[in-house]
Amino acid sequence: MPSPVLILENITKRFGPLTANDSISFELGRGEVVALLGENGAGKTTLMNILFGHYVADEGTVEAFGRPLPPGQPRAALEAGIGMVHQHFTLADNMTVLENIALGTQGLLRPKLDRKAALARIRELSDSFGLSVDPAATVATLSVGERQRVEILKALYRDARVLILDEPTAVLTPAETEALFRTLKLLVAEGLSIIFISHKLAEVMAVSDRVLVLRQGRLAGARATAGATRAELAALMVGQEVVSPPVPPAVAGPALLVLEDVTTARRGNATPLDGVTLSLHSGEITGLAGVSGNGQAALAGLLSGMEAPLSGCFEVQGRAFAKWSPATALKAGIARIPEDRHAVGTIGDMSVAENVIAERYRSPRFSRAGFLDWRAARRFAEALIRDYDVKCPSPDARIRLLSGGNMQKLILGRALDPDPVIILANQPTRGLDVGAVAYVHGRLLEARARGAAILLISEDLEEILALSDRVVVVSKGRLSLPSARGERSLRDLGELMAGHREAAHAP
Amino acid sequence: MSEALDILFTASFWVAAIRIASPLIFATMGELICERAGVLNLGIEGIMTVGAFAGWFTVYSGGDLWTGVAVAALAGGAFGLLHATLTVPLGLSQHVVGIGITLLATSLTYFTYRLALPQVTTPPKIEPFQPLPIPGLSKIPVLGEALFSQTPLTYLAFATVAAVAWVLYRTPLGLAVRAAGENPAAVEAQGISVTGIRMGAVMAGSALMAVGGAFLTMSAFNSFFFQMINGRGWICIALVVFGSWRPGKALLGAILFAAFDAYQVRLQQISGGVVPYQLFLMMPYILSIAALVLVARRATYPRALMIPYQKGER
Repeated sequence: MPSPVLILENITKRFGPLTANDSISFELGRGEVVALLGENGAGKTTLMNILFGHYVADEGTVEAFGRPLPPGQPRAALEAGIGMVHQHFTLADNMTVLENIALGTQGLLRPKLDRKAALARIRELSDSFGLSVDPAATVATLSVGERQRVEILKALYRDARVLILDEPTAVLTPAETEALFRTLKLLVAEGLSIIFISHKLAEVMAVSDRVLVLRQGRLAGARATAGATRAELAALMVGQEVVSPPVPPAVAGPALLVLEDVTTARRGNATPLDGVTLSLHSGEITGLAGVSGNGQAALAGLLSGMEAPLSGCFEVQGRAFAKWSPATALKAGIARIPEDRHAVGTIGDMSVAENVIAERYRSPRFSRAGFLDWRAARRFAEALIRDYDVKCPSPDARIRLLSGGNMQKLILGRALDPDPVIILANQPTRGLDVGAVAYVHGRLLEARARGAAILLISEDLEEILALSDRVVVVSKGRLSLPSARGERSLRDLGELMAGHREAAHAP
Repeated sequence: MSEALDILFTASFWVAAIRIASPLIFATMGELICERAGVLNLGIEGIMTVGAFAGWFTVYSGGDLWTGVAVAALAGGAFGLLHATLTVPLGLSQHVVGIGITLLATSLTYFTYRLALPQVTTPPKIEPFQPLPIPGLSKIPVLGEALFSQTPLTYLAFATVAAVAWVLYRTPLGLAVRAAGENPAAVEAQGISVTGIRMGAVMAGSALMAVGGAFLTMSAFNSFFFQMINGRGWICIALVVFGSWRPGKALLGAILFAAFDAYQVRLQQISGGVVPYQLFLMMPYILSIAALVLVARRATYPRALMIPYQKGER
């Protein structure tokens, strides 16, 4: 192994009673790509924040290029040649790409920002590493992929020799992910070392030389990527074998929700539904595939009551609604698992108990004569925490302190508790680790066995194919004809997603 | 009716408008700097009071006029330091601290005034800044007279706008200030101290507010009296929003408001007591609310405004 550029020794970090990093040591070689793999909450980001100086470790030392790195100083890390691309981008939206990159690179007391020099260097870097982005564009106008390129440029502009990427693909489309991987290869060829944080096995296998697996703050194992198998790494991550839940054959019942030629109003940039016909049957999971932004939001909005049909027929359990709202959707027996659990699914600063009764606080179960029954709410929260195996200190904890997986389990529990007849599951496993994904899938299959009609919206095609009894593809607000399980391949779906129409099926 | 319109074309009206605008310009620029860095400074009203007194008292005690301006700025900066210490590293509520600073600064000023001048009944006068017509330029009809026959402090106010715009948009420091108000994590990640930038901005901004206050006692009038700031600080807060946090637009807003103010005084005179004068007094405020409604609905606030930044917090 080439001489290490980075040595972490016995790093320990505690947040109150929680030990986020427990005596972690590893070395990073020149031109090496090390993947840091672990479930959400395993301590990956904490470790990197210590390395970059956002946090100060309670114990342990970091050595960069043969010199000890002073703790708690991002500036020192930057000067030592460590660059970090944070999961939540650290860009100022009101400024241009150039300004964001130049920020902090020129003396603060200089009378004038040297834009010309900055521009030349940004051009040079973006050309040589395939990081195309308009330096004069305001960051607010950029796509997520472009913003990430700006973040990488920021690090390279400062001559980073070690690049830390925290969950870089979580927000990217498949094409953007491929472009990112190409860039990484170019960087490694230049001798940069890369730490790639991820919980997605496939990516880790594709991009890294070596894999370090973190579990509950400890280093659970290290493997050369070439000799490792996915199953082995998954087991290291979770601490046990991960078994995907079996999918028994569907017993389809009557249609519980019917859309006929439904069109919705255009809202902002979102694609509206354009003459959509679809029925959800009892005991069946219907998967909706499609490139994000092709009408999924409109369909999800319609089912969750946020949006009313402009024209067409929309019936829930044989009933049409004159006034369709979130409240009527709930009353009609539709359970919602929203796409964005932080923005829509939960209220971060309210407690777990408050969040789990949010949809039903007016029901007699949780209120009496207009007053909330806190004991019932807390009992309910405790039951969910127990039944769904949620890691959470108490029902009174603020929900934003929970990890994504635990938050999702609570949302799932809240949605499934009243035994809904129709379930809207919008990206139910986005950002979750393998263990939590299997758990959510298992619960959805249970609901299906009970006779619920489920609409699964997902950008993960493997998830769609694994769970769905019928698959429809949405493109530009229109739906393809449904296909039964196994009828269309991944490739066929890809074609439909790209907007190619199939010849009408012979009856 | 034509009489009312004729006012708009007289030089004396515009001279007055620019004079009334000057303290607003200083203080608006001060508030704008603070808010661009992410700190709402509601201490503005009190800090202007401090500046008005400190500048005037320096000259009254025998100091030079420009020394008075410097002392006012220093006094304002000191209250800015207090505000910044409470709101930035300690992360206290910016509303509460700001109102506290206004109350504290105002009462301390009145208290000091009474201690220093226990016997006076009529406010003592100083020799204020005199108009300094710029040769040639001040001879241009109306516009030239309005802009170029003012006191040096007014010229300084306009220069301040240019300087603030330059610093914010053309210098590395300005980048850091704007980024601190939008996404402090971006500043931190580039190795700059958010605390340092924000504290510096609040102190500099407060110094400007104090100079705005000093303009009243040292250029517009020649003495200090209680309640003389009279809500000008609050107007400046609105002017920053009106100007969408941009120095040039905020300058226009200040001149617009001042013009309304100058206009209503003149309307009172020609209306000859038929219309209650209170209605005219209300006019600039009503018009500025109307202007705010039109403009500010589209305004994009600095995204991190009023959000304390704690390093290493999740």
